[in-house]
Amino acid sequence: MVEAMTVISIWIVPVTVMFILLVAIIKKVPAYEVFVEGGKEGLKMSVSLLPFLLGMLVAIAILRSSGALDAFIQLVEPILIKVGIPAEIAPLAILRPISGTAALSVTSEIIQVYGPDSFLGRLASTMQGSTDTTFYILTVYFGAVGIKKMGNALKIGLIADFIGIIVSVIIVTWLFM
Amino acid sequence: MINVIWALMAVIGIVYAMFNGTMEEVNQALFDGSNEAVTLVISLSSVLIFWLGMMRVAERAGILEAFAKLARPIVSRLFPEIPSGHPAMGYILANFSANLFGLGNAATPMGIKAMEEMKKISQSDKASNSMITFLVINTSSITLIPTTVIAIRLQYGSQAPTEIVASTILATTITTVAAIFIDRLLRRSRSH
Repeated sequence: MVEAMTVISIWIVPVTVMFILLVAIIKKVPAYEVFVEGGKEGLKMSVSLLPFLLGMLVAIAILRSSGALDAFIQLVEPILIKVGIPAEIAPLAILRPISGTAALSVTSEIIQVYGPDSFLGRLASTMQGSTDTTFYILTVYFGAVGIKKMGNALKIGLIADFIGIIVSVIIVTWLFM
Repeated sequence: MINVIWALMAVIGIVYAMFNGTMEEVNQALFDGSNEAVTLVISLSSVLIFWLGMMRVAERAGILEAFAKLARPIVSRLFPEIPSGHPAMGYILANFSANLFGLGNAATPMGIKAMEEMKKISQSDKASNSMITFLVINTSSITLIPTTVIAIRLQYGSQAPTEIVASTILATTITTVAAIFIDRLLRRSRSH
């Protein structure tokens, strides 16, 4: 099942491209011209995205480099532990929605220190794979189309992240213990 | 809300640095963070240019329309505001499938196109209900095969690098369902 999925995920992009271009040829679409036209839009979009991303990444970098994020982790850790989240995993739980790169480095560290097949290693793997960087996704998607009022999106995203962390602990305990 | 959160993140960090003696690191972080954003946008732009180009070809060849029709049974329930057969449906389905196969790269441009189409429907600079539902599903991450994690596990000598696939799928499914549920709950309480 996993091998099949890996093969599919390698094949799917080239095959999709082939399919699109074949249909374009059959329907006599000027494929190259249209591609370039759409590509220009992509370039414009990434340029307009830069201020949104830069602002968000700088704010996160300030928070992290000042030590405030670590202090926040220490502050919240006791609460997370009370809910049943192991102390070693707490930093990952807090970092995951904020910074993708930071979360990934914490995950690798946990896997390295405790071993990939330990409870903590499996838990970190599951949490890393089943949640996403909420701040980044909201910044990119809303930023790219110029939405300034995000509504409930951030609130729901963070609640979902929290649920994801708890659910991961329960599932990994249940599946592997 | 995001305006306050963003400003507070920076202000709290700088004030904390005053007492913590980490002002030098913060000074450095201002430039590092900016650099990181530029690097990120450059790598993102290659993906955006390629996929938005491809998507435009697919659109002109009528593939997207067919995809939107295919998506109707699934997407119309989740996004009742989107008229049936609207291009937004095709892009939403494309984004979900790319996410499922772990093609984070290709998923982003399709997701942005979906957002653009949803903005055309709502014609407002406020996030619409369907946009929020769409992003909530995205942030709760619907990857089937977490390739990055498997690679890390392999690197540190795991006996079974892929054994976390089942737990990941289970966790992500429950989270996504919960997120959709909370979204609906908040939406209902808002409209009353």
